[in-house]
Amino acid sequence: MMTVKEDLGMSKYESIIGLETHIQLNTHSKIFCGCKADSWKEPPNTNICPVCTGLPGVLPTLNEAVVEKAVLLALAMHVDAIQAESYFARKNYFYPDLPKGYQISQYDEPLALGGTMDLSMPDGELVRVRIDKLHVEEDAGKTVHQGNRRLIDFNRCGVPLVEMVTGPDLRSADEAAQYLIRLRQLLRWLGISEADMERGQLRCDANVSIRLKGTEELNPKTEIKNVNSIENVRSAIEAEISRQIREVESGNEIEAWTLNWDEDSSTLSKMRSKETEADYRYFREPDLLPIRISKAWLDEMKSNLPELPLERRSRFIKEYSLPLYDAEILTEERSLADYFEETVSVYTGEPKSVSNWLMNDVLRMIRDLGIFASELKMRPHHLAKIIQLVDSRSITNSTGKALLDKVQESGRNPDEIVEEEGLAQVSDEDTLKLLVKGVIDANPEQVEVYRGGKVTIIGWFVGQVMRESKGKADAQRTRAILEEFLKE
Amino acid sequence: MSEQLCDLPAFVVAQKVRSGELKATEVLESVLTRMDQVEGKTPSSSYERFEEADLEKVHAFVTITRDRAWSQAEAVDQAIRAGQDPGPLAGVPVSIKDIFCVKGTPSTAGSKILESFISPYTATPAVRLEQAGAVMVGKVNLDEFAFGSSNEASAFLPPVGNPWNPAYVPGGSSGGSAASVAAGEAAISLGTDTAGSIRQPAAFCGVVGLKPTYGRVSRYGLIAFASSLDCPGTITRNVTDAAHALNVIAGEDPYDATAVKIPVEDPVPRLEAGVKGMRIGLSPDYFQLKYPDPESGELREQAISKEIADEVYRAADYLSGAGAEIIEDVPMPNTRFGIPVYFVISRVEAASNLHRYDGVKYGYRFPGDEEDLRQLYRETRAEGFGTQVKLRILMGMYVSAQQYEKGYYEQALKVRTLIRQDFSRIFDQEGEYKLDCLLTATTPTAAFKIGEVYGDTVLMQYADLLTVPCNHAGIPGLSIPAGLNGEGLPIGIQFLGPDFSEASLLQVGRTIEMLTEDAEWRKIKPQILETL
Repeated sequence: MMTVKEDLGMSKYESIIGLETHIQLNTHSKIFCGCKADSWKEPPNTNICPVCTGLPGVLPTLNEAVVEKAVLLALAMHVDAIQAESYFARKNYFYPDLPKGYQISQYDEPLALGGTMDLSMPDGELVRVRIDKLHVEEDAGKTVHQGNRRLIDFNRCGVPLVEMVTGPDLRSADEAAQYLIRLRQLLRWLGISEADMERGQLRCDANVSIRLKGTEELNPKTEIKNVNSIENVRSAIEAEISRQIREVESGNEIEAWTLNWDEDSSTLSKMRSKETEADYRYFREPDLLPIRISKAWLDEMKSNLPELPLERRSRFIKEYSLPLYDAEILTEERSLADYFEETVSVYTGEPKSVSNWLMNDVLRMIRDLGIFASELKMRPHHLAKIIQLVDSRSITNSTGKALLDKVQESGRNPDEIVEEEGLAQVSDEDTLKLLVKGVIDANPEQVEVYRGGKVTIIGWFVGQVMRESKGKADAQRTRAILEEFLKE
Repeated sequence: MSEQLCDLPAFVVAQKVRSGELKATEVLESVLTRMDQVEGKTPSSSYERFEEADLEKVHAFVTITRDRAWSQAEAVDQAIRAGQDPGPLAGVPVSIKDIFCVKGTPSTAGSKILESFISPYTATPAVRLEQAGAVMVGKVNLDEFAFGSSNEASAFLPPVGNPWNPAYVPGGSSGGSAASVAAGEAAISLGTDTAGSIRQPAAFCGVVGLKPTYGRVSRYGLIAFASSLDCPGTITRNVTDAAHALNVIAGEDPYDATAVKIPVEDPVPRLEAGVKGMRIGLSPDYFQLKYPDPESGELREQAISKEIADEVYRAADYLSGAGAEIIEDVPMPNTRFGIPVYFVISRVEAASNLHRYDGVKYGYRFPGDEEDLRQLYRETRAEGFGTQVKLRILMGMYVSAQQYEKGYYEQALKVRTLIRQDFSRIFDQEGEYKLDCLLTATTPTAAFKIGEVYGDTVLMQYADLLTVPCNHAGIPGLSIPAGLNGEGLPIGIQFLGPDFSEASLLQVGRTIEMLTEDAEWRKIKPQILETL
């Protein structure tokens, strides 16, 4: 398979990409009934009731938590308006896993209108993506094909979704991938979705077209469906851009197809032509009242909107004089950013050294444990204390690092552990001199090497002393004493 | 014929059962005996040949829930013996229109497609009736999915006969409800009213039909026809029973977002308070019917039956004599659009509501090749739905198609607002008319013969001309018997009031009842009972 970058026609064209995402909200119960929303790994048809399986006579009732989470997302997308009154509509079509024969969605009067999301690209460029559509709806069930049979699992019926559609504002597969990375970050940041693509909590269809650079028209687009990871979205879009360029270069027209991405073979195949698309016969859902959002409710929801990742990143750079690189990593996940700020607030030194500790050691710990910063037993005041102990040279740097694990394991105060285990740094001259003398005496050959002019070997001597002291020796003092002794 | 226990009013049964004077099981026994006498053939989907004898019985019940009824009646008697309160409707026999889901019973909606569907849950109003100590004796017939005004459109035949003359229709779609109550097979029936489906059969069968305000009674468990119009209500033999039944079934419901949270006024205390000072309107638009000709679209005019109009005026005189002020010439200019608007709205909603009957999950499934999904849908729906249902789906699909939706459905919603404005204007207490209610005929004609109108969908629908505006507006309506016509068939009159004015309507209805207590027509019983 030829990739875009290898294609010679590439330079003449630009690609126009819009993404349609479905975001599964992490509410406790489903959107229109009391069933549990999350059925991951549960046996088929166990989280169901008359309402979500569309038995005759049932009616939906709205779960307000869905509205609250969707509004948070809309606010984060800087929408032009959260509508004071929005409506549900029925999208009518037949499918075995759609038990009512219609999906309750929103159509002409959605929850929110207009919006933008700024993507910070790795090269520092900022790409603004318009959000054309943001509404809430219910999920359908799942059909599993088993030979000639269709097996239907209704567990997913009625799981709350937000459908969010971008304008045709993305210009490359990389930008599309970046959009999804940023969206996923944001969803987790807001605490409204687990946003795991493999689990279908974040789903993405991509609309792709190409045009000659410098032209403004929108050409017929194809829609890629069924892509379940960010990497696959990137690959599928790249493959489709290459295909379209090849077609156009050979004088063919692009037809408005719906394409299916096959993950195993990394290929696209045609699902259907767009012309045969169904008429969904939308009309207002008579079984539900409009979603009414009073000013008071909206204000309350606004007050729950946290500072967003990009804003926080700029503030970290300004307020704590952090480099972009640090600020980016620290704002990747909200509880890590919180952890940083809480540590800084009780730490008396430079914020940059908190950042160093976090990025080098604490992040490794978090990843090894597979938890969030908020779940660490070592709390921010513990970390601040450890850094301070190192700063004041009460303990050595390496004792400090070892202390991280000890505090995380026990949840105890670092100074207690230092006290109890006698980890305090040895900076007493006489003790250090004794240790240094011992090392020099034991290693006459290395002493010769040093004295022969290879002074860089002093590091090795410091290491030996540290080992003898079980890491407690004051490294700077040790070095000074070593230099003094070795000169003799 | 002598009055039996099953002919007692519901409130009297409840009183006597609660006081220990009467056993619920005795009442039930009387009901079951009556059923044996009047029911005749059990309606079935395999009915093929019409027989003369089919025009002699009521056959109101699709399912008689004998065992359920016995255990409920015994439980009531047991509670009384134990000194417990079995509820305000203790021992009252009720029938339930088979469009309500009741756990463990077939809930067919009068359709072959749901013939095998046994509901795993119970509709809210049915739950409330049973919790109030009522005894559910069975599920009664209706036009398939409530699409009809004569009960002839059920998949289960023979059709319900009107107890006043079983060769005549009982009306519809709650025809089984009205017939079962008129024949003494139940004291209360739970029905639904989408365009007049409670009030029209109540008028045809000489009983009381109450369609409450939309949202007053939960629709949870009511198999949906036109969701924005469907309204559960009751059919009873007298106004007092309607008041007691409303108390039980009305009120908010966590399972229905459109069931309103406004508290329910108990209508019983002021039932007999009279009508002194009330302002009651008469509208020429409910006497001289104007409606667009279905073929040409030209406006046609036709007066309602004179016999019926006379009864409306007579009722106005009674009320005037009792101290009410009668306001004539109240204009209701948009009444004429009621049926066309109904055609559009009800069919769009119905087509969507019926999407779920696809043979996949429950009910009828065409026994063919399951691999071909399209064929499964087509054959299941072709075999499972009756003609009336298919006609409505087709029209609903048509008018809601993207290219027509604005011209039909959206337009219909606008006209519906105009119809509601007609009512708001006359009930506005600051406005020109300040009415408490409007008095009209319930139907333009009395019951017609079985087979006479059926097949002409448009003509059939015009039976709802006087009842449908109330559904568009969402307001309550009450139909009460007002006499008999020359053929000995009942005549109904209707009171329409503002939102949540059920108590006032029942008060006016009860006043008429008291004023006509000794009327000759009240002494005449339905033909089917006279022969017992």
